[in-house]
Amino acid sequence: MPTNTAGDRVARLLNLVPYLLARPGIGIAQAAAELDITERQLREDLELLWVCGLPGYGPGDLIDMAFDGDNVTITYDAGIDRPLRLTPDEALALVVALRMLAEMPGIDGRDAIERALAKIEAASGDVAEAPVAVRLPGDADRLATIRGAVDRRRALRITYYTATRDETSDRVIDPMRVLLVEGRAYVEAWCRQAEAVRLFRVDRIDGFTELDEPARPPREARSNDFRDGVFRSSPDQPLVTLRVSRNARWITEYYPCESVTDTDGELWRVTLRVSDLAWARRLVLGLGSTVVVLDPPELVEAVRDETNRALDAYGVTVS
Amino acid sequence: MSRIRTERLVNLVICLLSTRRFLTAAQIAATVPGYEHDPNDPKDHEAFQRKFERDKAELRDLGIPLETGASSAFEAEPGYRITRRDYALPDIPLAPDEAAAVGIAARLWRHAGLAEAASSGLAKLRAAGIDVDPQATLGVEPVVTVDAAFAPLTAATRNRQAVTFDYRVPEADRAMRRRLQPWGVVCWRGRWYVVGYDLDRAAERCFRLSRMVSTVRPDGPTGAYELPEKLDLISYVAHSYSHPEHTKRATLLVAPGRAAGVRRWAESVTPADAVASEVPASDGGTASGSPGGSSPDAVSRRGDVVVIGYSDPCGFASWIVGYGADVEVVEPAEVRDAVIDHLREMIATMQDGTPHDAGRDPGRDPSRASTPVAAEVG
Repeated sequence: MPTNTAGDRVARLLNLVPYLLARPGIGIAQAAAELDITERQLREDLELLWVCGLPGYGPGDLIDMAFDGDNVTITYDAGIDRPLRLTPDEALALVVALRMLAEMPGIDGRDAIERALAKIEAASGDVAEAPVAVRLPGDADRLATIRGAVDRRRALRITYYTATRDETSDRVIDPMRVLLVEGRAYVEAWCRQAEAVRLFRVDRIDGFTELDEPARPPREARSNDFRDGVFRSSPDQPLVTLRVSRNARWITEYYPCESVTDTDGELWRVTLRVSDLAWARRLVLGLGSTVVVLDPPELVEAVRDETNRALDAYGVTVS
Repeated sequence: MSRIRTERLVNLVICLLSTRRFLTAAQIAATVPGYEHDPNDPKDHEAFQRKFERDKAELRDLGIPLETGASSAFEAEPGYRITRRDYALPDIPLAPDEAAAVGIAARLWRHAGLAEAASSGLAKLRAAGIDVDPQATLGVEPVVTVDAAFAPLTAATRNRQAVTFDYRVPEADRAMRRRLQPWGVVCWRGRWYVVGYDLDRAAERCFRLSRMVSTVRPDGPTGAYELPEKLDLISYVAHSYSHPEHTKRATLLVAPGRAAGVRRWAESVTPADAVASEVPASDGGTASGSPGGSSPDAVSRRGDVVVIGYSDPCGFASWIVGYGADVEVVEPAEVRDAVIDHLREMIATMQDGTPHDAGRDPGRDPSRASTPVAAEVG
């Protein structure tokens, strides 16, 4: 818990008494670690509690504790033997997170999650009527089977669709973990073909076989941090500049953009980094007349050529 | 805050928990260390009152249920107490696997808005004697993030208090001030929405939290409305944002080995015969063929025959055009014509240099849209 304000410390002290009461003879170091404070802070908290108690404030009224070496036991609690109720925000945080876990496809221990949720809701009373509902994407079966294989720590041969290249290919991966980011499930794995850690979207794993060999990501394989989303743009990726009309503005919400400017006017200017210009060509062709490519010139050309070739295929000649 | 104030507040809580009677400020001052003052000295007394007010506010901020009532029939001054029933966390008999689940749940917020509330809530459970294994995992790691509007919207829903915010959808020219009685917040397909009664539109509405461009402010009294009975938050959002089912069928001609993104949605793929596949689909020779009038035989010669479901011909056509000359629509005519129109408009736009909406819906088929995930390129 943070310790920066007075209120926080009061909350911590009111919590400390029942915490210690429930664990007679607990070591100071262990308690401090569990409470996420330093041993010194804990000792200062105990000193302060020692002078608090019931009106009268005599020896029999004050909170009392016995020390045995570095172990502490509360011998008198002055009536604060229970922690304070959960605040609405605390109940909300726990209830929503449990609901999210319970919704997670392919999760272990769903039963325990649901039992825990029911008990936390019951204990929080009205405040647990968290006005929050959670629905994660489907694909539960596929995720559950893939997760089973990941759990068994087996290497997998997968048939994977790579959207940036519009290719489906087979490859062998050494799974590291399954994670869910922005409502989508991914397998983070060592890709033996790329010889690097890659993120595979579960809904693009079109097929997989569990191999008869263990997953062995090499020592240098490191998990990535995805709190800011899964797309990392890098300066060596081509920068695409588009001019978009109103009906194509949705791309600024849907794709991570480097910049969106001229938003006062009808036509917005959008720049985004793409892994592959062929992907950008598909995007632009799909957007049709609602977009014009400003840059790079090779994309302008690729779009024009492809449009003409496609019209050609339909036997339409453009003057 | 000072140690002195901390000590005073802890003693105040213990004192008010131990009393059944409501204690007046004067009685509290005479009892709890730290409030000593001369009630006959106006200045001193005023200082005490200010201090006591601040302390009461602090306790309420902590969620301590400070009850107010008459201390006796003869006393005009209000009194205070804290009842145990309202103060204490009820017993929560969590089994070890349940406690582990709560611990994992609390960790979900480590990157997001409710991290502090989650960890202080967990601290209270620990104080109730529950041991939470900090190492436990459930095999799937969700990365949870919430928009800034999440906290004020959930608080307003709890308080039954209307809110105002500025809301901008990309298609609109400017943000609009909206007034909403929120019913609840929904996480759907990884995005956050709020459902409620729109006071200006006088109708139920659903808003995406990421489109709120101002802070969300409470507006008006608390307890101002009731939630509808049998409220199903998810269905509001699912109804507003779901994709129609693909009930119609189209036949496409796909260049061998190309357009994997189309093939994976196919209901059936009939490969071009061995001889025919030697002729590339993008071969200029097709231009001499008759438009749209391909016989099945001619069709199989130019590529694999792919049958695929769709709903809206325009959205579907836009998606198909993305694959350029690798995919040709054989039938139905509504899709084939939409594709040709789409391509013709593109040529005109490229000549003109100015994008335009062409008087139709945004050409998008988000049910199959793809995100350019750099990290996943193998």
